Amino acid sequence: MPKLSSDVTIVGGGMIGCWSALFLAKRGLSVTLIEKGAIGAQSSGVNFGNLRLQGRYGPQFPLALRAHELWEQVETLTGERCEFRATGHVRIAFTAEELDTVAAHASEASGYGLKIELLDRGALRRRWPWLTEKALGAGLSPRDATANPRIASPAVARAAAGLGAQILDNLKVTGIEKSGGGFKLATDGDMTLQSRFLVNAAGAWANEVARCFGEAIPLLVGGPPQFVTAPMPYFIEPYLQAVDGSVILRQTRRGNVLATGYPRGPSDAESNRSPVPPRKTLATMARLVELVPLLSTAHVIRVWSGIEGYLADMLPVISPSATTEGLFHAAGFCGNGFQLAPAVGMVLSELIADGRTPTPIALYSIGRFAAAAQEAGARHSYDFDESMAAQQPSSQEAGRA
Amino acid sequence: MARAVIVGAGPAGISAAAILVSHGLRPVLLDEGRLPGGQAYRQPAANPALSIDALLGSEAGKFRRIHATFAGIRSQIDYRSESLVWSIFDREVHARHHGRSEVHPFDALILAPGAIDRVLPMAGWTLPGVVTLGAAQILLKEQGSLLGRRVIFCGSSPLLYLAALQYRQMGAEVAAVLDTTPFSRKLRALPDLLASPTTLRRGLHYLTALRRLGVPVHHGVRLQRVEGESEVGALVYRDRQGEQRIACDTIAMGFGLRPETQLAELAGCRLGYDPHFRQWFPLSDSDGRSGEGIYLAGDGATVGGADAAEISGQLAAFALLRDIGMSPPPALPGRLRRRLARLRRFQRGLAQAFAWPHEWLRDLPDDSLVCRCEEVSAGALRQALRTPFGPSEINRLKAFTRCGMGRCQGRFCALAAGEIAASVLDRPHREMGWMRAQAPVKPLPASTVFDG
Repeated sequence: MPKLSSDVTIVGGGMIGCWSALFLAKRGLSVTLIEKGAIGAQSSGVNFGNLRLQGRYGPQFPLALRAHELWEQVETLTGERCEFRATGHVRIAFTAEELDTVAAHASEASGYGLKIELLDRGALRRRWPWLTEKALGAGLSPRDATANPRIASPAVARAAAGLGAQILDNLKVTGIEKSGGGFKLATDGDMTLQSRFLVNAAGAWANEVARCFGEAIPLLVGGPPQFVTAPMPYFIEPYLQAVDGSVILRQTRRGNVLATGYPRGPSDAESNRSPVPPRKTLATMARLVELVPLLSTAHVIRVWSGIEGYLADMLPVISPSATTEGLFHAAGFCGNGFQLAPAVGMVLSELIADGRTPTPIALYSIGRFAAAAQEAGARHSYDFDESMAAQQPSSQEAGRA
Repeated sequence: MARAVIVGAGPAGISAAAILVSHGLRPVLLDEGRLPGGQAYRQPAANPALSIDALLGSEAGKFRRIHATFAGIRSQIDYRSESLVWSIFDREVHARHHGRSEVHPFDALILAPGAIDRVLPMAGWTLPGVVTLGAAQILLKEQGSLLGRRVIFCGSSPLLYLAALQYRQMGAEVAAVLDTTPFSRKLRALPDLLASPTTLRRGLHYLTALRRLGVPVHHGVRLQRVEGESEVGALVYRDRQGEQRIACDTIAMGFGLRPETQLAELAGCRLGYDPHFRQWFPLSDSDGRSGEGIYLAGDGATVGGADAAEISGQLAAFALLRDIGMSPPPALPGRLRRRLARLRRFQRGLAQAFAWPHEWLRDLPDDSLVCRCEEVSAGALRQALRTPFGPSEINRLKAFTRCGMGRCQGRFCALAAGEIAASVLDRPHREMGWMRAQAPVKPLPASTVFDG
């Protein structure tokens, strides 16, 4: 019966788990990461690939900007480029009210150190004449970027393994318990993993781990329906988003146009299926052509979705456990995990190695779910698909992306 | 009245529709083609020079019968040609027809989408002038045109002989028929092939006719590469005497068929692996039942040829009628089942007599493309497969390399990619899985209008 002892065990081999493993290993800790399937195969691998800063909830900027700095060095950190490109992000307003939203956000963002340029209708036409004439104006955040989610997690895992982290993929955890001063995990194939610290980075399945320690991460599971066109000549340099979130698109250098749009659709963590309803594809397609009329000649060749964990207040949990010494939770990223992941890994490595982090994380505390009252829920929520609205306590407010 | 939808107007779809009509149903028949008939009984475009009798020979009678059946039920079905079924979701079929996406709700669905050529990549196979056997036949049947003047038919398929003969009779020079399976294997498959002696006789007739016309036919050759600068110039192969080179301007390759399984998968059918064909097929019972109100027929269910398709369409229709409480004559389905079993046994024999030389893919040069849509080479696949935390099955291989992510969605490259993955990882081919289908199963224009 093989037994593996290390300083830290990480449950979950998505972006969060892999970046955590990398930074913990960099700090000289011994790390074992266990993943039930393949590395980065869930929402880490099937998300839209946006590394978006513009439009963030203000207090999240310190974490998001820290993540961005790390993304900007991804090649140094991992040895692979992961198709990282600073494309810039354009948030497009169609009404005077939306213009106000964009402008107010630009001034909030500048307070956190992010520069967002405001473009009026004329400036939009001059820069991107292919954009719909209905657009009244936009915010441009030049630092925003994109990367390829399909290849990123394995790249980070390889870098972590290169620093000595043990990465165990296709292996299920069958039992978790607190034992003495640390943790003991049982796995398929009768392995035992022992460690002083435990990181719960189990994504849409994180609540199962939290429950073992009498805690709750009340995740709502949803899927972002996405689709891609056959390659076309490259002309859409920045990635674009309507303020209401009804369509988000970008073009790869190869020429494929990727698109998505709110509301989110249903997905099922149990069967691991996230179907994309054809009506959703047709509706997003229509919005795509409205925003960029030239795309009426595009052909959609593929749709996909994934399983993402959402929390009612649309903020993740990045937090020491409220019940158990040595346990840390990082889950429920509400569709923002791909961008945030390097900073989350860094923060966790600091919490474990130093006992503190310079990044403010109080707002991500798991303790907020201990209180029954969730009226804050309405603060920052997306619209969800009808079939999910019943699950979602605060789906009234229009999507904010 | 139960709402029945049939996808595909080939022999399976038409025969299924005829049974449903004879029991008082009015099915919707959706077909991607401009005219009914499918691939086997494809109708020529207006072209007076083309004689169906000359082209189809012994099969011309069947051609006429299936089209007469269709003409007889035309006014009693809701027939929609040029309808691309691109998704099935929530008991609704979504089809694109003349620029609009239409929704067809159903209580019962018969899927008969047919099959496409199984493609074996080889060095130089992407040069202009290399076509699949199916493409060569489609052009001939529909337009009466020949691809090229000096043509080689190669691969491993009984249809090589038929197509070569058709080309020769229509005036092309057939430089050679290169069958990659040794003749001895055909003899070994004889017991299964005798399950359908008429079909066997027909095949032997093609072979002798080609020989009589002086067309060189070689068995058991190993295809090496296609040569040419900007287009096909020659085919190089090996036989017992060594390396041989034949000049040509067109190469038609056939390695059997690959069922179109995506729609069945979207409809919720389970897939199973068939070691004879080294392919995944949607699972169904002997009448084609594959799920709640979902029926499969034709080559899209089990590769069996046009005769088997026709019978399986009838069986699926009878099963549908029984399941909605209408009883067909009990003796008939039993007889059909026995005939179908015989034809499928014959197909198993064919799969042996015309083997898929999957082991060649092990030696496919690194710079040869496997995925044409996304231009992914064999070398790129092998490199990804050897990377730590790399793919261990075909969907991850797709995610890492883009192989199968393009316009065809893996319909042409997935089988070869799976064989390459199995060879690099040294694991059974079955464990590589199949490329999971997602809608749209074929490219869907973003301009598609939808009023629903």
